[in-house]
Amino acid sequence: MGDYIVLIISCIFVNNILLAQFLGNCPFLGTSKKMETAVGMAMAVIFVLVMAGAITWLIYTYILVPFDLVYLRTIFFILVIASLVQFVEMFLKKSIPALYAGLGIFLPLITTNCAVFGVCIINIDKELSFMQSMVASFAYAAGFGLALILFAGVRERILLARVPRPLQDTSIGLITAGMISLIFFAFKGMV
Amino acid sequence: MAKSITQEFAKGLWEEIPPFRLVLGLCPVLGVTTTMENGIGMGLATTFVLLCSNILVSVLRNVIPSKVRIACFIIIIATFVIVVEQLMQAYASIYPLYLKLGVFIPLIVVNCIVLGRAEAFAFKNSIARSMADGLGIGIGFTLSLSALGAVREIIGNGTLTLYEKPLFNIVSFVPSFQPFEFMVKPPGAFVALGLMLCIMNVIGKK
Repeated sequence: MGDYIVLIISCIFVNNILLAQFLGNCPFLGTSKKMETAVGMAMAVIFVLVMAGAITWLIYTYILVPFDLVYLRTIFFILVIASLVQFVEMFLKKSIPALYAGLGIFLPLITTNCAVFGVCIINIDKELSFMQSMVASFAYAAGFGLALILFAGVRERILLARVPRPLQDTSIGLITAGMISLIFFAFKGMV
Repeated sequence: MAKSITQEFAKGLWEEIPPFRLVLGLCPVLGVTTTMENGIGMGLATTFVLLCSNILVSVLRNVIPSKVRIACFIIIIATFVIVVEQLMQAYASIYPLYLKLGVFIPLIVVNCIVLGRAEAFAFKNSIARSMADGLGIGIGFTLSLSALGAVREIIGNGTLTLYEKPLFNIVSFVPSFQPFEFMVKPPGAFVALGLMLCIMNVIGKK
């Protein structure tokens, strides 16, 4: 049990997927201009990442390893993630329309979110067990959501500030992200 | 409107240089640029994938049905990424670099620049023009990555090394220089890229 707590803390804070490992930065900058979109994206990532983590782990262990196809994992994983996203989208549209409306356009965008693909590969590379990789996937996704929502909050305030012209938009966004990353850096001593 | 092939190539080097003009594919830009060597390696790997996928997408552009084009692009790109992975594992001289770049090599699959060029350019243009476009954008990407890597390495470590040969040591110019370690740590990546973007804006707006 203690191991899992350490794993969760290290995935959310110490190895934060956005700010320490630099995965999923396109949606980080793209969807963080408004709090609402940031929350939508965060929810969608948590949802898909946990499912993708579980399915890619099963495929890797029970299909790729026994048949000696490990070198094809990139193509397998990306296809699994793409079809998973499509499937989840259809399922939600039919059965939980409220959630589908909430996630909106963020679901299809997740296919090209490198955080999802990256976490699946990191879990495999670290040789985690099934349970551990599920927990790690959830914790990474929660860390993604936390950083994204914090960043969106800061960015909404920046809109009201007077920023020098060359620094506007993406440039100030990146520097702000750097500051938030610096704050997360302080968690390094925790684990 | 129609540009010549040289213009298609040249636009990747300045007009649409990723990731400054085309703010896409930031993950490898931030993740691997702790040294110049990593930047060059990552840039060349991406260029290879970009060039090959652009050519293949352009060749097959009349065969691929437009409804399933994104899935087809992803499979084409993933194929070339596997080629790069296998090549880098096969040669002992670049294997250490492969280990350093780690997860970012398979992540070329989801690099928005590669998919973006396939969708926005190669699917609509002839083979020669797609080649020029892929090569231009790829070289532009390599240049930006190595520039960012060099800046971070010089400020963060005070030295510049390429294949274990020191090229430059700042201490010989400024003896009292202290390495500014912040730059090679993750927060420094964001700040360095933000400032470079700002400099590009200042130059470009004139």
